Amino acid sequence: MSERVTKNVWPVVPILLALLTTTLLVLLVGADAGVTYQALFDGAFGTSDRTFSTLAFWVPLMLCATGLLITFTAGLWNIGVEGQMIMGAIASSWVALKVAAVYPDIPGWAIIPLELLLAAGAGALWAALAAVLKVRGGVHEIFGGVALNNLAIITTNYLISGPWQPPEGGSFRGTVPFPEHALLPLLGNTRFSPLSAVLALALLLLIGLALRGTFWGLKLKALGNNLRSAFLLGISSEREAIMAMMLGGALAGLAGSVRVLSWFDSLRQSISGGIGFLAILIVLLAGLRPVWTLLIALIFSALLNGGTIVQLRTQLHSSLSGIIQGLLVLFVLLFGDYRRVFRPKQTLAEELQHE
Amino acid sequence: MHIELQDIRKYFGEVRANDGISLVFEPGRIYGLLGENGAGKSTLMKILSGYQAPTSGTILLDGQPVSFSSPSDALRKGIGMLYQDPQDFPPLLVSENYLLAYDDNLLLDFPKAEEELRGLGERFGFHIDPRVHVETLTLGERQQIELVRLLALGAEFLILDEPTTGISAEQKEILFNTMRRLVNEEQKTIILVSHKLEEVQELCHEVAVLRRGKLMGTKDIPCPNTELVRLMFGQELKRSERVPFQTGETVLRVEDATIQTYRLTVEGIDLELREGEVLGLAGLEGSGQRLLLQACAGLLQPRKGRILLDGKPLEGKRSPFFWTPWLALAFLAFRIVWAAIQFSSGQMSGLEMAGSIAAAALIAGTIWLIGSVLISWTSQTPYHEFQQRGGGYVPAGRLEEGLVAGLTLTEHMVLASPEHTFIIDWNRAREEINRRIQRYNIIGQPDTLVEELSGGNQQRAMLALLNSPLRVLLLEHPTRGLDVTSANWIWELFQQRREEGTAIMFISADLDEILERSDRIAVFSGGVMSRIVQTSETSVEELGHLIGGEQHE
Amino acid sequence: MNDAQIIRLLASVIAQSAPLMLAVTGETITERAGVINLSLDGTMLLAAMSGFVVALKSSEALATRGIDGDLLPVLIGFGSAALIGATAALLVAWGSIRLKQDQVAIGFVLTLLLADIANFLGQNYTRMPGPSVKHLPIPFLRDIPIIGPIFFEHDLLIYLTFVIVGFSWWWMYRTQPGLRMRGVGERPESAFVRGVKVNQIRYAYTAIGGALVGLAGAAYSLDIKLGWSDNHILGIGWIALAIVIFGGWRPVRGALGAVLYGVTKTLATQLQQSFPEVPVVLFNTLQWLLMLGVLLLVGSNAIKRLVDIAPKPLQRPLARALRVAPPQALGQAFLED
Repeated sequence: MSERVTKNVWPVVPILLALLTTTLLVLLVGADAGVTYQALFDGAFGTSDRTFSTLAFWVPLMLCATGLLITFTAGLWNIGVEGQMIMGAIASSWVALKVAAVYPDIPGWAIIPLELLLAAGAGALWAALAAVLKVRGGVHEIFGGVALNNLAIITTNYLISGPWQPPEGGSFRGTVPFPEHALLPLLGNTRFSPLSAVLALALLLLIGLALRGTFWGLKLKALGNNLRSAFLLGISSEREAIMAMMLGGALAGLAGSVRVLSWFDSLRQSISGGIGFLAILIVLLAGLRPVWTLLIALIFSALLNGGTIVQLRTQLHSSLSGIIQGLLVLFVLLFGDYRRVFRPKQTLAEELQHE
Repeated sequence: MHIELQDIRKYFGEVRANDGISLVFEPGRIYGLLGENGAGKSTLMKILSGYQAPTSGTILLDGQPVSFSSPSDALRKGIGMLYQDPQDFPPLLVSENYLLAYDDNLLLDFPKAEEELRGLGERFGFHIDPRVHVETLTLGERQQIELVRLLALGAEFLILDEPTTGISAEQKEILFNTMRRLVNEEQKTIILVSHKLEEVQELCHEVAVLRRGKLMGTKDIPCPNTELVRLMFGQELKRSERVPFQTGETVLRVEDATIQTYRLTVEGIDLELREGEVLGLAGLEGSGQRLLLQACAGLLQPRKGRILLDGKPLEGKRSPFFWTPWLALAFLAFRIVWAAIQFSSGQMSGLEMAGSIAAAALIAGTIWLIGSVLISWTSQTPYHEFQQRGGGYVPAGRLEEGLVAGLTLTEHMVLASPEHTFIIDWNRAREEINRRIQRYNIIGQPDTLVEELSGGNQQRAMLALLNSPLRVLLLEHPTRGLDVTSANWIWELFQQRREEGTAIMFISADLDEILERSDRIAVFSGGVMSRIVQTSETSVEELGHLIGGEQHE
Repeated sequence: MNDAQIIRLLASVIAQSAPLMLAVTGETITERAGVINLSLDGTMLLAAMSGFVVALKSSEALATRGIDGDLLPVLIGFGSAALIGATAALLVAWGSIRLKQDQVAIGFVLTLLLADIANFLGQNYTRMPGPSVKHLPIPFLRDIPIIGPIFFEHDLLIYLTFVIVGFSWWWMYRTQPGLRMRGVGERPESAFVRGVKVNQIRYAYTAIGGALVGLAGAAYSLDIKLGWSDNHILGIGWIALAIVIFGGWRPVRGALGAVLYGVTKTLATQLQQSFPEVPVVLFNTLQWLLMLGVLLLVGSNAIKRLVDIAPKPLQRPLARALRVAPPQALGQAFLED
């Protein structure tokens, strides 16, 4: 096979491998692969309602991924994105429960921006914690992120079962529904909020352009590629790292806000739904390209949404969509670059010659 | 052991690191291998010690052609190399380091290792404590341990690569005595790779001089220094006509500075650099000149003394919020004490006390967090202050410290410019970098990624990114990897900066360059700076002596 | 609380900490050879699931042939878990050494992926009774007062864990192969110069460490937290990774870290019972706050300052005891044939 053909055909290989492996796993639990994939597709796009529900998943996913574009550009592993989302959701819930519900006279056009703003702030602060722990305390952002994620989850549980517990005792583990005017306006009967989609797209566009075309974006890129050189070129590495984490956190906070204010109508136990981690996979797969991020996020939210229908229809576990996503990213990481796969074994001496 | 090298060649692409070298080494003798940086010494020794295979040529071991698959293979055949940077394991114990890959037994025989280390050590006057960590030792001690290990593993032929760099005079004496004994009493062969003439004169029986990958000749010792210098550096060191230049005010002043790192301490440096002046720092790599340069750039803080740029020290900017962590701590302490008093006076239950303290910790944590963010936003490192006050620094590592792989030349231009708009004006940046690409003869486009440039072009790119006017310019090997014409051109550009009043201080391994370009020269040797000499009043011989570590008046 | 209760509590702490000890030891070995296997959380879940399901299936299969008893099925279960752990770890090593990919990226993807696979494949086996490791007090030793009931009234797995921790220490610090392994993790260039096959060793110890992590996963589902349920032991892998750091990449100190974690957990449960008016969830924060605190202690220069203010003669032993330095070549691929 000629080099050019290989180069053009190769990207299909990891995708096929991922699908093949998934099929094997489906067969392993004794399910019908055809029915499963059909359910997956139907679940994602079968009816217009489901399509909108896919879009409703897509919005927070996009917001998180956009934030991660910033942190990954700066070379930071913001695993804490889940916790930042949750903190954003909590902040929005506070506004909805303690401001909107208590002072019903405040109109929606004032409440909703306040909710979003506080959510962004809370997410940013939670991210700043991970950043400061890294920069000042030498705690790697991955471990800081994991601990802070769990602390955020515990905080939600505490609020739901404690101070914000519904008076009747809460049968479904959540707060009381927020007042109508504190929620994002939804499209018909769906859980999709066009406003949030516009916001997500605008932010992606803004951040995408800023990363490419502004001095700030260039600084982050330099930082992510070579910390030492970037410092010597005059970039304050600490400041930029904290700033990048905070911005990423703010976007994750917005995502959390969108989750409680449109997908749910109250603060729930599993508010993040793994969306933060999924966003990390998306950005890894998209290789920091905004347009690809958008498309892959769409595909992944379709898979996520389809997974729930698969579960309903075939009683298969909803983690199926996670498996397809994970395998895709893994195989693309491992085999995405065919030159690496077919790299001739290099000797040390040869390697030294390139120095 | 008798070793013969026949027409050894080693090419790295276009670069001929070794170009047809033939040498003979007899047992019971010490050979010197002299040459500047990049002359091909290291490559030749790496070939001889099995680290690299030659492109062509033969190695004869007692008349038999051999090839080495690896350094350990070479050691099995009796050739051991002591690297300049000892190839040991700093976090391990000395005994563990000694035993690693010593034999193929399952169990580590610590008593045997300690006995051998002590025994061999005592024989050569080394004081080896097998029960300390390697990283706590000085470079010289680590060398001694490596030497003992090579001997214990049966090395008959020893290569010592710059063994005296960074070790004390006393350790040097012990090392030299050991080398003499090994040769005289045990008929071993030793190659001393060096560019210190003094050492070679003191120790060697014969010396081979390399320049630009070629063997310039072999000489029996004793042999006049001037002759060796001539072989090392070329025929005559001609001094070009220097434009007389009136220097201005003092830009940089170093007052009794002590700079300390793990490897080396540079003590009591005093110097003054004036507008328009060029100060060359000569010396072997790792003698302390780089530490001085980095301290002047604010990258290292002097342990003692001061470094002043335009009369003001480089301290960086302390954040006006520096007190916030203390506030958080004080608040927490106060609340703990307060809660404890409440508890002991019975006004609070234990649970209430715990709750009160937890709440205080939460608030203190928030203060600390916000404070830390504010501090990071409002403080400035000394190096960035140096840049802001008109300092320029060009490091030696191109893709390690100077340029960012993955970014284009234009992107570098934007980052390096002192003024910038929030939204990048790519056209302006591209025009600017195009001008500089022309001016510095960089072979590359504005959109070329820096890692795709050749080494020389990366060097030129780093210099092209410097802003003007600058108060002071600190350069590490400014023309390394450049041919003569472009080096001359680069210096012409520096000359123009001088006229703008920029003070220049540079390091170079190239003695020609130092002699030709500097107004004054300071020579470093083992962390000690010589008195500063006027270029017009010095000679290659004097510099050679100073580089070798002799202090001439 | 009386003495007997305290002893029973301590015994349960030891039992509860055993799987974590295994995981910490495994990851310590992997990281000492220079590879970061970040996939622990997912690997352990998949290993727990497969260990349980394989044991269950094989006990059914064996029962039809008239072979009863849990021992053989449990062993087969552990075997499959070890295999899965080793495979996951090797994937990380191979991706890094051969394909030059980021170890952290591969490890992270595996963390999520393997957890999903575990939940997916284990969906029909949740909350089922199955084979388990049998209680096996050691005669005579169990009769030693205090020590006996704490350490010798457990099952084979827990004794084996102690043996593995001890053996790893002995292997690392007393044998030539163990020393080479440490050398490879600290300075592969030097090891290469001395003729050590760097990448071969890295593959080997990554696989061994991964196998231990797999055993740890199965130790939960077959011994400590019997059976399988969704996200059975989610989060434990991260705790283990943090304890590796806390343990300063040493097996015995890592094991102590695991016990310390167990003690804290038990203490939290006890406190919870003593103070029912405090919300339960707050006690759950303890382990994560502890993780942050410990990493902060290790990562910042707090330890160095602590040593500096200690009395002079104590400084050196203290510094050595508290030394926390990652293997210097951790996470970096080495180019060698």
